[in-house]
Amino acid sequence: MSTTRLARRSFMVSAAVAGGGLALGWRLPSTARAQTTGSGAEVGIWAVIQPDDTTIVRIARSEMGQGTLTGLAQLVADELDCNWKFVRTEYVRPDVNFANKRAWGEMSTGGSRGIRASVDYVRKGGAAARAMLITAAAQQWAVPVAECSASDSVITHTLSGRTLRYGEVAAAAAKLPVPADVKLKTPAEWKIIGKSVKRLDTVDKLSGKQIFALDVQVPDMLNAAIAHCPVFGGTLKSFDASKIQSMPGVRQVVQVGDDAVAVVADKWYQAKTALAALPIVWDEGKNGNVNSAQIAELLKAGLDAKDAALGQQHGDVEAGLAGAAKRIDAVYGTPFLAHATMEPMNCTAKVADGKVEIWVASQNGDASLAAAAEAAGVKLSDVKVNKLHLGGGFGRRGQQDYVTQAVLIAKQIPGRPIKLIWSREEDTQHDFYRPITQCKLSGGLDADGNVVALHARLSGQSILAYLAPQRMENGVDRAAFQGWTEEEFGYKTVPNLRIDHAVRNTHVPVGFWRGVNTNQNAIYMECFIDELAHAAGKDPLAFRQAMLAKSPKHLAVLNAAAEKAGWDKALPSGVFRGISQCYGYGSYTAAVAEVSVSPKGELKIHRIVAATDPGHVVNPQQVVAQVEGSFVYGLGAVLYGEITIEKGRVAQSNFDNYPVMRLAEMPKVETVIVPSGGFWGGVGEPTIAVAGPAVLNAIFAATGKRIRTLPLSQHDLRAT
Amino acid sequence: MIKLDVNGTVRQVDVDPDTPLLWVIREWLGMTGTKYGCGIAQCGACTVHMDGVATRSCSVPVGSVGDAKIVTIEGLSPDGLSHPIQIAWLQCDVPQCGYCQSGQIMAAAALLKANPKPTDADIDDAMTNICRCGTYQRIREALHSAADLSGKA
Repeated sequence: MSTTRLARRSFMVSAAVAGGGLALGWRLPSTARAQTTGSGAEVGIWAVIQPDDTTIVRIARSEMGQGTLTGLAQLVADELDCNWKFVRTEYVRPDVNFANKRAWGEMSTGGSRGIRASVDYVRKGGAAARAMLITAAAQQWAVPVAECSASDSVITHTLSGRTLRYGEVAAAAAKLPVPADVKLKTPAEWKIIGKSVKRLDTVDKLSGKQIFALDVQVPDMLNAAIAHCPVFGGTLKSFDASKIQSMPGVRQVVQVGDDAVAVVADKWYQAKTALAALPIVWDEGKNGNVNSAQIAELLKAGLDAKDAALGQQHGDVEAGLAGAAKRIDAVYGTPFLAHATMEPMNCTAKVADGKVEIWVASQNGDASLAAAAEAAGVKLSDVKVNKLHLGGGFGRRGQQDYVTQAVLIAKQIPGRPIKLIWSREEDTQHDFYRPITQCKLSGGLDADGNVVALHARLSGQSILAYLAPQRMENGVDRAAFQGWTEEEFGYKTVPNLRIDHAVRNTHVPVGFWRGVNTNQNAIYMECFIDELAHAAGKDPLAFRQAMLAKSPKHLAVLNAAAEKAGWDKALPSGVFRGISQCYGYGSYTAAVAEVSVSPKGELKIHRIVAATDPGHVVNPQQVVAQVEGSFVYGLGAVLYGEITIEKGRVAQSNFDNYPVMRLAEMPKVETVIVPSGGFWGGVGEPTIAVAGPAVLNAIFAATGKRIRTLPLSQHDLRAT
Repeated sequence: MIKLDVNGTVRQVDVDPDTPLLWVIREWLGMTGTKYGCGIAQCGACTVHMDGVATRSCSVPVGSVGDAKIVTIEGLSPDGLSHPIQIAWLQCDVPQCGYCQSGQIMAAAALLKANPKPTDADIDDAMTNICRCGTYQRIREALHSAADLSGKA
């Protein structure tokens, strides 16, 4: 059941080619020039300062709602000591980054790395620009640099009280060498980092002016609608273009790669309408009879298989389980999930005279550039990439299949820009899905109810095996153990432990889905810990506190959530609590959920308390926004999310049969930020992991029912 | 030719009457603030006002619009910022990716017009648009805030 679509495989090659540039690492070449339009002086490579003090901060990562654009600008602006009200932003174009030996670093935006992986060099960029501005002012005054200071976009000569605005010296500063060695502020000196400033990208999102990739309009542009072979791994056999050639607006019908066909028309709606009428014959290949029941059997067999990739172990788990006073076993499972970004996949491409230009919403501008070059058969230096804000990413837009396709279509109609838009149905049915997994957990308790042995056996699909086989280590997908590696796993008091993974791949494409494997792993572990606590007759919070005795940061966040929730206080009649904790993406998280279940089995989530320790906090109100959002994404999946496979293809197609959380179902989320300092953790993803288990554990408290397979909509919660 | 009154301007459009209003607005009139999300009236990203009522334009054939006055996000306020909903949305920093927000704002503006002081239950009933970033909590907060703003005006 294993196949890989050609377009996707060839992309991996191209990404590796582009990745070669990464080896050059970080530096500040004075020759780097970006694409700033209008007046302004480049003071270093991260800031452009205009005569009126307007300060344009360059952003290399992608904004998809997570607020990274504002956060990165705060990091630069604080070290630059500029006035926040003067700050604007602009994207660094991927082709400009490539042409300048990746002076602006990595563009890939995933794994909650936007801030934490950029923080050192963007802050240095801001500090370097500040030093250059001060030097320029000191030179103008003919005074020592040490006698000058800067604050709020103004340089002051402290002895004389003379001042110069940044805008007045920026042109001179831009001519100075960029200092290689700059001192960064201590946290106590921060003025903008740690402040709840408003996002910089809001105004145009209120008036319809924000241009997303789907809104791009280029002169002479045509529009393309696409149909993929419904069965993964199948191919396009034939189509009869003559049947739709006379339909309104239709220009051309083209094959796209080996598994898709596109209709190109004046308007996209015309292309979509004609595509629906196009006779297409698919070769479904060998996967046309695969269904979800078979996949479940495949995974089930992995739960007891002898061979498995080892995540971590210590002690002797078999002996520990055999000698336990009480043994508990449980099998959990979670389904495939689609990303369902609000903006469907799309890309505009123009191929002409051996050059390519694309307009794209991408989580990885470098990879978009490489994919476009490869699809067009041109050099990397012959591609121009225009990055636009993403109408949601959640991991989906790290893949470049839609870029490859747009270029393949444009190549067949040279000189004309082509905007390829996937319908919602194609988007739902041709995703890189969150992988399907099952997990068998076995735990042993001693006579006092302490955990003496714990075994978690994962069985299921590996993301790296599909997307990045070169990152597999002797058949082990380290990413599958997210949250469970020795560094991450908080329950260090368990004397006999084993965590392993029977890799069981299917023909369904899989990928990174907000929170990735922490989602499933936290549900398995945190619900099972709850089972053990119940079997031991102990309070779920106290039980975890004891197990986290050697993990002070995990414990502190758990306690912060419990305290805010008032764990020791009585709840209204009929309302019950659940708790969970997890570590992921460099941050510690915990949640308490309060739910009720009516006699008819209707679930109501009354309140969520979510705590996170991301080390340092750049923008508290945006951390709150991400925590709230992660609960919507995570709980929507727990309540309804399920992609099933019938006859080799995805059975769901749109929001009517792939429901997601809406406003009325969203519980009140109270966010507790407990930054312990000293490190930079992620924010966009970590808290999603604790959403599901907190609610599932609360449902157990309310009903006595253990939900071990998702989504919840498949279960009857009525009292029995 | 089909006549359409959009944001106070009457436009003539040469288009198949079965074409959804959404695509006429986006592709024939070139106004892209109204978004495509699902095409089956599920997500609400395409919400516009037809005679003041929030309507999912992806499922309205343009031939059925007749004399109805259509307002899109571009026509909600003269400067794109001064409608009480827009003011409140800015104050509460509601949008994340922003793709669904045109539709959310149009749905919220229609709600406020019909019900100047909506309760949480009213908001639950009226605000059925999908947001995948999960801005719902701030949408609720901003709607209450906009109701207060309008009440004072």
